[in-house]
Amino acid sequence: MIQIKSLHKSFDGRTVLDDINFTFNNGKTNLIIGQSGSGKTVLMKCLVGLLTPEEGEVLYDNRNFITMGKKEKKTLRREMGMIFQSAALFDSLSVLENVMFPLDMFSSMTNRERVKRAQFCLDRVNLIDAQNKYPGEISGGMQKRVAIARAIALQPQYLFCDEPNSGLDPKTSLVIDELIHDITTEYNMTTVINTHDMNSVLGIGDSILFICKGHKEWEGTKDDVFGATNKRLTDFIFASDLLQEIKTEKNKG
Amino acid sequence: MFKPIAFLFRPIAKFGAYLLLMAKVLSRPERFRMYFKQYVSEMVKLGYDSIGIVLLISFFIGAVICIQIKLNIQSPWMPRMVVGYTTREIMLLEFSSSIMCLILAGKVGSNIASEIGTMRVTQQIDALDIMGVNSAAYLILPKILGLMTMIPLLVVFSIGAGIFGAFCTAWIGGVMTASDLEYGLQYNFVEWYIWCGFIKSLFFAFIIASVSAYFGYTVEGGSIAVGKASTDSVVSSSVLILFSDLILTQLLMG
Repeated sequence: MIQIKSLHKSFDGRTVLDDINFTFNNGKTNLIIGQSGSGKTVLMKCLVGLLTPEEGEVLYDNRNFITMGKKEKKTLRREMGMIFQSAALFDSLSVLENVMFPLDMFSSMTNRERVKRAQFCLDRVNLIDAQNKYPGEISGGMQKRVAIARAIALQPQYLFCDEPNSGLDPKTSLVIDELIHDITTEYNMTTVINTHDMNSVLGIGDSILFICKGHKEWEGTKDDVFGATNKRLTDFIFASDLLQEIKTEKNKG
Repeated sequence: MFKPIAFLFRPIAKFGAYLLLMAKVLSRPERFRMYFKQYVSEMVKLGYDSIGIVLLISFFIGAVICIQIKLNIQSPWMPRMVVGYTTREIMLLEFSSSIMCLILAGKVGSNIASEIGTMRVTQQIDALDIMGVNSAAYLILPKILGLMTMIPLLVVFSIGAGIFGAFCTAWIGGVMTASDLEYGLQYNFVEWYIWCGFIKSLFFAFIIASVSAYFGYTVEGGSIAVGKASTDSVVSSSVLILFSDLILTQLLMG
């Protein structure tokens, strides 16, 4: 479980996050949604420690990430996995080597065990056949799946995904969403996904935090979305005619 | 608007940031095996892969120096060994350490800055940080050590190729007799000069690798920023090499 309390972050006097409070639950896919520029990525970066907030707390199972020492931070980081918007795979390493990297760096396994574990993770994301290819030789969707395999290699407690569907076609997006959701349940992780993809919101949004201009605007689950009265949320989610129709039909039913 | 104080303090702030980065680079590695693997790979990439260009440039410079000295300095009043002697001194004292490192600042420095800069803009460095890897140490330390290990070898290759180039002008070009050149090359040889070349090149290798890595590591933005970092790294390391060459020459030879 990750709790954020009264989080505040600004850049050059411009407030980007203001008084954000939320709990990201264990074993669930927690979504942070909002328009571009609403502060989603900054919030994610504050969660993983790439940015330090001026005020507030980030608690990983009651351990304050902001105030903890360097050594503790390093240990906690090994319990985190992250999937970046651009996949962020290491170009010079093959797919298998990419997945093996965190194992090579931190595990005490033998080489054979490390290879076996990496192959298991690749098999989990259906990419075992691409293990000897390089990131430049595989598609964007495959790169995202390799990133998932790398993120789960050390069996993390916390998984962070920064817009995992960006640049992917709807079908591949669905595959990635399902994969993240299944893995979250399988490993009982706390997963935080940063997205503005409505299919993800309505498909895997076990818990949703909607932020607008740096403020927490709404929180709930995917089932609460259709009954939500928050105008900013409904304007954001039901921006397309198709989703508006679905909402009307669902409310009628 | 032009801000003179900010303009004056920017280099100091940058130097401070460089020192902080170096402190991070020189911290204890998480896993020596992984760093050693990187170190060997950097020796190949930065050192072994530069042998060709070093040999080529040094060969021609050695040949040209020999011809220039012969044409411009030698006269009936000058001993015949002057050409070989001067060629050797130029190659040993300046070209094979300083000028060769200036050339490497262009080849290796831009490579380091653009590689690390691209890793920064494609979030690969963020990925390392989130994993708990000291990204600065993992990416930069093997490059600094790899280049510092290989540079004395490149200096030896450069001296050898330069002298071979000079001999070729004697043998093939017929500018002078090979025995005159050989006599000049051996005349009043001071072994310390070779060590001076090695010592200077070690300093220059550190400058090339660390300064270029700093510019790459601190990139903010996209491809244009990476290009700018690459150019800045070459310019800065070249200026620093020339500046430190002056100090080192005075310290070692003075």
